[in-house]
Amino acid sequence: MTGAGEAITRVHREEWARVVAALARRLGDLDVAEEVAAEAFAIAVERWPVDGVPPNPGAWLTTTAYRRAVDRLRREAKREDKHREAMMLFSAPEPLGAIDDDRLRLIFTCCHPALAMEARIALTLRMVGGLGVPEIARAFLVEEAAMSRRITRAKAKIKDARIPYGVPYREDLPARVAGVLAVLYLIFNEGYLTSGDGAAVRGDLTAEAIRLTRLVGVLLPGDGEVAGLLALMVLTEARRAARVSAGGELVPLMEQDRDAWDRSLIAEGHALVRARLASGQAPGRYQILAAINAVHTDAGDSRDTDWSQVVALYDQLVRVDPSPIVRLNRAIAVAELDGPQVALAEVDGLPLDGYRAFHATRADLLRRLGRDDEARAAYDRAIALPGNAAETAHLIRAARGLVRRSR
Amino acid sequence: MAQYVMSVLDDVAGGRATPEEAAAIDVFNEELQAKGHWVFAGGLAAPSAATVVDARDGEPVFTDGPYLESKEHIIGFWIIEAPHLDAALRLAAGGSKSCNRRIELRPVLSE
Repeated sequence: MTGAGEAITRVHREEWARVVAALARRLGDLDVAEEVAAEAFAIAVERWPVDGVPPNPGAWLTTTAYRRAVDRLRREAKREDKHREAMMLFSAPEPLGAIDDDRLRLIFTCCHPALAMEARIALTLRMVGGLGVPEIARAFLVEEAAMSRRITRAKAKIKDARIPYGVPYREDLPARVAGVLAVLYLIFNEGYLTSGDGAAVRGDLTAEAIRLTRLVGVLLPGDGEVAGLLALMVLTEARRAARVSAGGELVPLMEQDRDAWDRSLIAEGHALVRARLASGQAPGRYQILAAINAVHTDAGDSRDTDWSQVVALYDQLVRVDPSPIVRLNRAIAVAELDGPQVALAEVDGLPLDGYRAFHATRADLLRRLGRDDEARAAYDRAIALPGNAAETAHLIRAARGLVRRSR
Repeated sequence: MAQYVMSVLDDVAGGRATPEEAAAIDVFNEELQAKGHWVFAGGLAAPSAATVVDARDGEPVFTDGPYLESKEHIIGFWIIEAPHLDAALRLAAGGSKSCNRRIELRPVLSE
């Protein structure tokens, strides 16, 4: 790749959100902002190899895109007034204050709670992340035309319902930040525990989720949950290489080759968790999950895991989020501390019959208790439920191990 | 400023507000008026009181009953004015609380 080509790739990654966000505010229209931003990048691809990379690429792109938009408006001048009125994005309910950044307006708009979750995810990846529609469609195993319609519908709702282009009311801020984090976490999880038959881990999606969370962290530096989510993501991402075997099977945490973990990501995650602990503020869900992951990644050998610490953190998490899934995960830790019998008593009766991890956990606990027939039935239930292909491979192998043992 | 319709949903056809709900709705209405969001509001009679009218082919044809059989009905509505959706969502939340029912918030086209 040429120097200019590399520069364009880098600038696209670093400047796309800033360019779209600034244009959206100046033009009052997300749709036009997205289109002219894409056109400006296409012009850069032609011009930069010839003219050289401009000294301030972001400003060059914004100016170029803005000129295109003005040209377009001029061409449509015959209906300009009406068009303009219909195009207006609505300004922020609250002034942005110290965190005045158009990218924050863009993120809050794309993650607005009045949009369907799948629309928020698609819009965030397109408008903030700069991913192309075909890329997003592939990542979510949706046809390109369907993904394109999803994004178009979301943009139409923003316009018709007058979703404001700005930061929410101060009282709504915690809930709205939580909404943004939920979108980012779903993007990460889709990459990490892919549904359907795709690759076990899609690194492009996890990397994108981490990049976007870093950006939100820069824009909302005082928010503990943003830091918590970033820590959770990097500590999970650190284990990526060890998580799937050469044969495409999921490798459980306790069996992973810890030398294959990414040390620099672990160091970053630990530093983030330590900073949150030092803040003295009561941690939210993501911070507690990050702390649990910090305990796991702190153990050089799985046998050195501080399980009492893990269970104590899960107790804290249950107080914040008493959902059955959290209780299930807590029970997995309890099995290591107090044995599978105690854990099984906690797992049985959880209302998670349609959830694969529930049956997989029961199967594992029953296997450890030597109750092979019941374990086999639980493995069969787990395998029959939808989930990640690498996970299925792991479950089938575990169930086969059981058959061999009973012979 | 844009207008939004807040439709009150109920699964009891022609359901009526209890005295407590009616009092809360009055308080909410006064607040809408005081803050300049009020346009109009009204309760609706039961869907069975509806008549469907079709005059597209000349002579009007009248049909008894609602045009859609559904489990949920619109039993009342507000028309409000708000600068953007975030403001309208707050008002809809206040309305839902006051009448103790779900609300569908929908923008009126502004052209």
